[in-house]
Amino acid sequence: MKKIKTTTDATLVKSYIDGNEEALSKLINRHQQRIYNFIFSKVFDRDITEDIFQDTFIKVIRTLKRGKYNEEGKFLPWVMRIAHNLVIDHFRKSNRMPKFENKGDFNIFSVLKDEKLDAEKLMVKDQIENDVRNLIQELPEDQMEVLIMRIYKDMSFKEISERTNVSINTALGRMRYALINLRKVIEKHNIVLTN
Amino acid sequence: MAKLYLNQSPNKKVENLEPRKETIAFLLNYSKALNVVETKNKKTFETILN
Repeated sequence: MKKIKTTTDATLVKSYIDGNEEALSKLINRHQQRIYNFIFSKVFDRDITEDIFQDTFIKVIRTLKRGKYNEEGKFLPWVMRIAHNLVIDHFRKSNRMPKFENKGDFNIFSVLKDEKLDAEKLMVKDQIENDVRNLIQELPEDQMEVLIMRIYKDMSFKEISERTNVSINTALGRMRYALINLRKVIEKHNIVLTN
Repeated sequence: MAKLYLNQSPNKKVENLEPRKETIAFLLNYSKALNVVETKNKKTFETILN
């Protein structure tokens, strides 16, 4: 049987830090597909993937050259974490900035949006609030009572305990179980409560 | 219950993709050009050589 000897990531990293540029080429070549596909699976855009992939390795190179790398033996998870953080940064930025796609004929409404008048969002929000109200009705009486007082009436647990003639701890426990039970119903029915 | 929402996930298939050759070449050149200098007070400076 043919024995294949491969250099470990840790060895390549050390070699690169010592000045062997070829080691970086090997590391990139070894992991490029996995990292690239990971990024693409999140952003679904080749150009953005390319940018994030490049930024990921720029960070890797700078960290290694500065001698700040200290996760010997865990090179790939470390790079994946950098890529993951950059993907999150990308989504944060793209949420803040209005997206303008130049398709020839300029439409001002593709870049201007009045959040307050978004009828669709309002309808979805109303629907979600209705659904949550219906879900709350499914809870046991004592849990429902505490949850309504806390969330809808904005009462403190001290006030709730006085109103329901139970200790604060009991009120807290009921609230906790109310939330646990709500989550169970939501998971059981695969309900997505996001706008 | 009034309405159940379906959990819709983007069910797109990810092929085996690779970065462009230009990107890899850029990274390797960037690495060769990058020079990190450490000063006496443990501060580092980065310089890009041509």
